[in-house]
Amino acid sequence: MQRFPCPFCGPRDETEFHFAAEAGKTRPEPAGEGGAERWAEYLHLKKNPKGPTREIWVHTTCGEFFLMERDTLTHQVAGSSALGVQS
Amino acid sequence: MTRRYSAFSLFREGLRGHTGWQPAWRSPDPKPAYDAVIIGGGGHGLATAYYLAKNHGMRNVAVIEKGWLGGGNTGRNTTTIRSNYFYPESVALYDFALKLYEGLGRELNYNIMFSQRGVVTVAHSEAEMEIAARIVNAMQINGTDAELLGPDAVFDKAPLLNRGPKARYPVFGGVWQGRAGGARHDAVAWGYARAADGFGVDIIQNCEVTGFIVENGRCAGVETSRGSIRAGAVGLAVAGHSGVLAEKAGFALPIQSYSLQAMVSEPVKPCLDTVVLYLGTGTYLFQSDKGEIVVGGGLDRVPSYAQRGNPPMQRTVLSGMLEMFPSFGQLKMLRQWAGNVDVVPDSSPIIGPSPLPGLFLNCGWGTGGFKSITAGGWLMAHLIATGSHHEISRPFDLDRFATGRLVDEAAGSGIAH
Repeated sequence: MQRFPCPFCGPRDETEFHFAAEAGKTRPEPAGEGGAERWAEYLHLKKNPKGPTREIWVHTTCGEFFLMERDTLTHQVAGSSALGVQS
Repeated sequence: MTRRYSAFSLFREGLRGHTGWQPAWRSPDPKPAYDAVIIGGGGHGLATAYYLAKNHGMRNVAVIEKGWLGGGNTGRNTTTIRSNYFYPESVALYDFALKLYEGLGRELNYNIMFSQRGVVTVAHSEAEMEIAARIVNAMQINGTDAELLGPDAVFDKAPLLNRGPKARYPVFGGVWQGRAGGARHDAVAWGYARAADGFGVDIIQNCEVTGFIVENGRCAGVETSRGSIRAGAVGLAVAGHSGVLAEKAGFALPIQSYSLQAMVSEPVKPCLDTVVLYLGTGTYLFQSDKGEIVVGGGLDRVPSYAQRGNPPMQRTVLSGMLEMFPSFGQLKMLRQWAGNVDVVPDSSPIIGPSPLPGLFLNCGWGTGGFKSITAGGWLMAHLIATGSHHEISRPFDLDRFATGRLVDEAAGSGIAH
């Protein structure tokens, strides 16, 4: 069992966490502009990197969303931080 | 010299001390240019090359594989073949694949050990039985075989299932597809490789694609660890690594890679002659021809390229097995492994042109790539040879993510993806 660091609760079992999305996406604003392609990109397209990545996760126990930097090949976690805070 | 496999050739070679067998395929050096290059020497890539040669007469074709043939997901799945899907588009696709499997061993002159032992998806309440009836109706309307079973019929198919009064997931009945089954995974890859090689296709192993040659906005070949190879068209069949190759080609895909794990027990005497899936546990099992109980379940919930499973899902899958077959608690597990799978938002594959002209996609099969090898190869060959969709692959084009016309099997078929 791997442990992930919740910035609010500390290290907890991986089963308490849920992957939400890749970090760094911006919602098309205003919503009516940009068209279907831009929305498809925002909603569905993923960088899906092999190696270091920045992701938004939710700790389902405390309900907080946060940023986690980890590696998709080694599963090593480099760190996590509250959203809006530079890590 | 023996090229064709048969009982007679086996007997004859037995008398000669097995000195006449030939390698099943050549290992040529890559040529500087081909009419088509397929990236990925798994089932889908090899099948694509085979159908390019057989259906479309394109024989100046190469399959380029980073490692060895069938060493990715073709060698890491649980070999179940079925077409019990909900939407007409999906049944058209997966039933086409199943029909091709039905004649494949004879066509390839290779024993793929295809065994149509049936799949039963077990429901655990009156409400789930209504959903099961709906799926059966949908499958029948879509033209594939399906039958709604009551509890007695399910126990007939799998007598060791949990009948205890305290069962957490009691058996109320299930969905039966009798034509479903399994095949030997290596044999499917090797059979296609041998047959494609027979048509003159070059199969190049230990050759990694490091980039794409782009000229005038069009894909004109690939850069590899063994030099540049030019191509009239390039096909991408690299399940699990589709995003990695897409990035090299300069675009992103609606794919997230996850690990999907499976495990087998020690071999035991025959005790289970069908594939059983519980809606309640998400675990499915069957017994291999060697006697091992093969167990699989859902995805690890952590995006990953690690090709190894995490312990929490292993525990979930095995606890599901114990609920379904309490007597299997005596089994010792032998091996556990995982593959990377391409997970798409609607749990349906992506077949079609990529954003880079001249490069074609066959990816996004999620947890069901093995059963669709035949159709995936056939449809991608059609795409590469004609430049346009076969009617079966049209709904699975990448454009569905912009048009919103998704084929959402995650919600439709009630199968753990």
